[in-house]
Amino acid sequence: MSDRLAPTRTAEFEARLKKRYAAERRFKMAGLGAILFSVGVLAFLLVTMGFNGIGGFQRAEMDVPIDFTQAGLSGDPALLAQPDAAQTLEAQGLPSIVDFYAEQQLGSEGAAQISASAWRLVADGIIADPTILRETVTFSLPASPKLAAGLNGEGAPEMRALAKTLSDEGKLETKLDLGFLERADATDPQQVGIWGALKGSMLTMIVTLLMAFPIGVMAALYLEEYAPKNRWTDLIEVSINNLAAVPSIIFGLLGLAVFLWIFPNMRSAPLIGGMTLALMTMPVIVISGRNAIKAVPPSIRDGALAVGASPVQVVFHHVLPLALPGILTGTIIGMARALGETAPLLMIGMRAFVATPPQDFTSPATVLPVQIFLWSDEIDRGFVERTSAAIIVLLIFLLLMNGLAIYLRNRFEKKW
Amino acid sequence: MSPAILLVLALGLGLAGWLAARARAWTFRRDSSTGRIAALPVYHAWYVALWIVVPVLVFVGLWSVIAPQLISQSVLSSPAAADLPAFGFQRDAILSEARSVASGSAKAVFNEAANGLVEPYRAAMARYNVIGVLATLVIAFLAGAWSFLRIKPDFTARTRVEKAVMTILLLASLVAILTTLGIVVSLVFETFRFFGMVSPLDFMFGTHWGPDPMSNPDSPDGSRYGAIPLFWGTIYIGAIIAMIVAIPLGLMSAIYLTQYANPTLRKWIKPALEVLAGVPTVVYGYFAALTVAPAIRDAAFAVGISNASSESALAAGLVMGVMIIPFVSSMADDSIAAVPQAMRDGSLAMGATTSETIRKVLVPAALPGIVAGVMLAVSRAIGETMIVVMAAGAAANLTGNPLEAMTTVTFQIVAMLTGEGSFDHPATLSAFALGFVLFMVTLGLNFIALRVVKRFREAYE
Amino acid sequence: MVTVVHPNLEDTDAKMSARDVSVFYGDKKAIDDVSIDIPTKYVTAFIGPSGCGKSTFLRTLNRMNDTIPSARVEGEITLDGEDIYRSRMDVVQLRARVGMVFQKPNPFPKSIYDNVAYGPKIHGLVSNKTETDEVVEKSLRRAGLWTEVKDRLDDSGTALSGGQQQRLCIARAIAVDPEVILMDEPCSALDPIATAKIEELIDELNGRYAIVIVTHSMQQAARVSQRTAFFHLGKMVEYGRTSDIFTNPLEKRTQDYITGRYG
Repeated sequence: MSDRLAPTRTAEFEARLKKRYAAERRFKMAGLGAILFSVGVLAFLLVTMGFNGIGGFQRAEMDVPIDFTQAGLSGDPALLAQPDAAQTLEAQGLPSIVDFYAEQQLGSEGAAQISASAWRLVADGIIADPTILRETVTFSLPASPKLAAGLNGEGAPEMRALAKTLSDEGKLETKLDLGFLERADATDPQQVGIWGALKGSMLTMIVTLLMAFPIGVMAALYLEEYAPKNRWTDLIEVSINNLAAVPSIIFGLLGLAVFLWIFPNMRSAPLIGGMTLALMTMPVIVISGRNAIKAVPPSIRDGALAVGASPVQVVFHHVLPLALPGILTGTIIGMARALGETAPLLMIGMRAFVATPPQDFTSPATVLPVQIFLWSDEIDRGFVERTSAAIIVLLIFLLLMNGLAIYLRNRFEKKW
Repeated sequence: MSPAILLVLALGLGLAGWLAARARAWTFRRDSSTGRIAALPVYHAWYVALWIVVPVLVFVGLWSVIAPQLISQSVLSSPAAADLPAFGFQRDAILSEARSVASGSAKAVFNEAANGLVEPYRAAMARYNVIGVLATLVIAFLAGAWSFLRIKPDFTARTRVEKAVMTILLLASLVAILTTLGIVVSLVFETFRFFGMVSPLDFMFGTHWGPDPMSNPDSPDGSRYGAIPLFWGTIYIGAIIAMIVAIPLGLMSAIYLTQYANPTLRKWIKPALEVLAGVPTVVYGYFAALTVAPAIRDAAFAVGISNASSESALAAGLVMGVMIIPFVSSMADDSIAAVPQAMRDGSLAMGATTSETIRKVLVPAALPGIVAGVMLAVSRAIGETMIVVMAAGAAANLTGNPLEAMTTVTFQIVAMLTGEGSFDHPATLSAFALGFVLFMVTLGLNFIALRVVKRFREAYE
Repeated sequence: MVTVVHPNLEDTDAKMSARDVSVFYGDKKAIDDVSIDIPTKYVTAFIGPSGCGKSTFLRTLNRMNDTIPSARVEGEITLDGEDIYRSRMDVVQLRARVGMVFQKPNPFPKSIYDNVAYGPKIHGLVSNKTETDEVVEKSLRRAGLWTEVKDRLDDSGTALSGGQQQRLCIARAIAVDPEVILMDEPCSALDPIATAKIEELIDELNGRYAIVIVTHSMQQAARVSQRTAFFHLGKMVEYGRTSDIFTNPLEKRTQDYITGRYG
């Protein structure tokens, strides 16, 4: 052996080593590339949505001064306090008053491009504060979708020309539209808002949480702490693991076939949507709950049992409080997933056009992701920006929830 | 809103029982000579409260299902219902309109025919509301009185409450089985109805898909229900294109994160990947339809492919692949982390470079876990709905050209169930047959994958 | 306090030398100022109570401590006169020259054949099947495992018994023809019969490779080694011929340890 150089010290070895290091570097770069690609796509997605979405929080509006002293509307406060005050004002000729002043300000071509329901905005202003009937007030009225497109340099050439003239005169402007967060769905992209969908989402999530959380936690406690090891428990366990991986659309089919069969009058109600999503979320809560419970060391159970606590007391006094942060983390993640879920809700009819925010758990509603889906199908260009804006709102909610989950995990994560 | 009121009523009665029982148990404690009773007063309180709330909740649950039907029946038997259309759409519309006016959620009827029904509805609702509330009170009182009379100083309330808690926990864990059962039963039931109209052979082996929801439901054309193009589209988009993107990128990301990245980078990248995984599918779908699909079409035009469609299997598959990356990455991460450190040390101590160790020792050792992860990823991809609904298209093409539009099982489920067809039409029912196939395939994939993962974990523990 | 080195060590050529080596884990000093020459032709044993740093020191000899991010090494360690920490010595080449056998047998989850062929293949020492077959057979023979496994080379390495697994790991280490073999308590997970076989094997390999063995068993050190170093609390207390250390220790702590006062 000693008469020759060891094989690992030869020149060939050194040459091979160079190649091996080159391969090592290539491999490492490939790994880094994969990461950068994924993060890059995420960044690109967020930037695209953000860029488009900014326009969704704005709309093209035209300033129209209205001299109510000349309008001859009766400002009877008693009438204006009625729920049908808007109809009263309509009957008194408010739409044509608005049209008249719009024409004075914008010319006939411009006035034709005031949104058809602009007078409702004026009516709302009057109802909110009847004293304005004694003065001249300038209203910012939304432009028609065609003119708005023209202002963006899209659509028909004559609209583009008109938009240019009006905006050069300072009469047409893009303004921040916070009303987007307060209105509900509409057919006119200038008039849509997401409050309706957002409220629908909230109602649905409340139902989901109220059903999935207690059932999930109780099931996790039973399986982890009390369940005997037998065929039944195995079956429960297999069911839960499989349910966690079943495509969400299958839950939609279940909701359609079972829940809507039991409650045929509640198509597109948050109650049914919430129940469907609860079935989907429950396995997630059970699995994360079991992991959190498993992480509580047996010594704590032994300690409590040793002072004479019953098994139920051990669990409810000691194990559950210690496992709760972990369970909550899993619950928030499950809820975030449910909040972004679309397909099962399409199945149970939450895709209807709902122009008023839902009043309660049983009235027809839509939810944020479904609203996004519906708007994405609209041909009108104005909806592109509104869709992205709705996506931004949805993503903000999801980020908050995920951030809370990560915070909880870091704050309460214990190494026993 | 009547069930909600009953619910509040039930909880209120439960609270009353709780307080009463606790007060009574305290008197035992004061009166008894030793100062010891068989259970703490609070367990007596819970005993009574459970006896009140559980029966009432069961009643409310049943009542909220039964009451609307009782109301409809009594309305239909009223004279005003005599001149309703005999069946179908219109009849339902009129009834639901009258109902919503009567319950106050709508102000006035559009359809004059509904006007006459509002009053009967209102009367029936009021009647059954009173019956519901009375029944709730009676049940709560009987159950409460019975349980209240049972509490005595030597009554072992704690054991009984704990037994009840145990039963409730057991019932909660049975919900999972019920859900699975519900899925299987509802899918099988509707699928059998579908196969009563269309031959399973036509469905499983036919190569033309084009159900017509407006056709005569009594003589369906079996040749229009061939699901092979859907299966192919699903596999091509979910299991081929998406996996070509997701497997290498996900695996390499996991390898880089676990083996190369320094802790600071890992601390930032991992949450970023989690965010990527948390983006709702509808957002990915919108991204695919708005950005990726047009880009692919333009690129295809640029290289001289003139018939590229704006909805393409490639766009949907690519975006789906990106969506799956974090999932593959985290599964691979777990599997690689499960390989004992000793393997890695053994290889490094032989003078292997890090990449040689990864490729020749770590990945082969983690392979079962990685394969299982890929199976779960495939099952997730083929069940994914929104991306294909928004970007893949409706045309059932049986082709290998990724630039063409293709449709999938999930897309057709959505299309068939959100269309205008009636619920008894084979086109609508075919959605359940497709759902059944999808469920069985994903179930199989998940089942095998979870077994493999479990065995893999055990091998290294 | 410095290490007591027995004066009667004849000047054998040192394969590896450590000079003033200290190892830190973060702020914690695990090895304090150790200097030692490891002879080419002998088996050197590191003994000492658990936690004394003997395994840590062993791992600095082929830079396996590099895999622990917080570990830091000061001082100089040379292999044939080259500083393995500071010179152009490459860590891959270093580990090919300084092989290692671990406390717990860690065969790769591959076939017996592939386990042994792994090193030669990654280092490109073999270019075809015949050569690989030869290296595998030679290494397994040297590790005393050939007769037991020659009919089932395709079986998984993890299917062997503990003692066979450890001998497989030794065969794996010698397949790349290293100059030094480090053994980190190679028998601690094995039963007495398997231990005896490993010790026999170390005897046979002695002279062909420089061998360093960490052990907590004084009997084992006495049986297999010619040189012994006693470690205590991160310091090397005493170093000398095995026979001298066990019969005539110069330090009180060494004496206390080998007579079983603590450890």
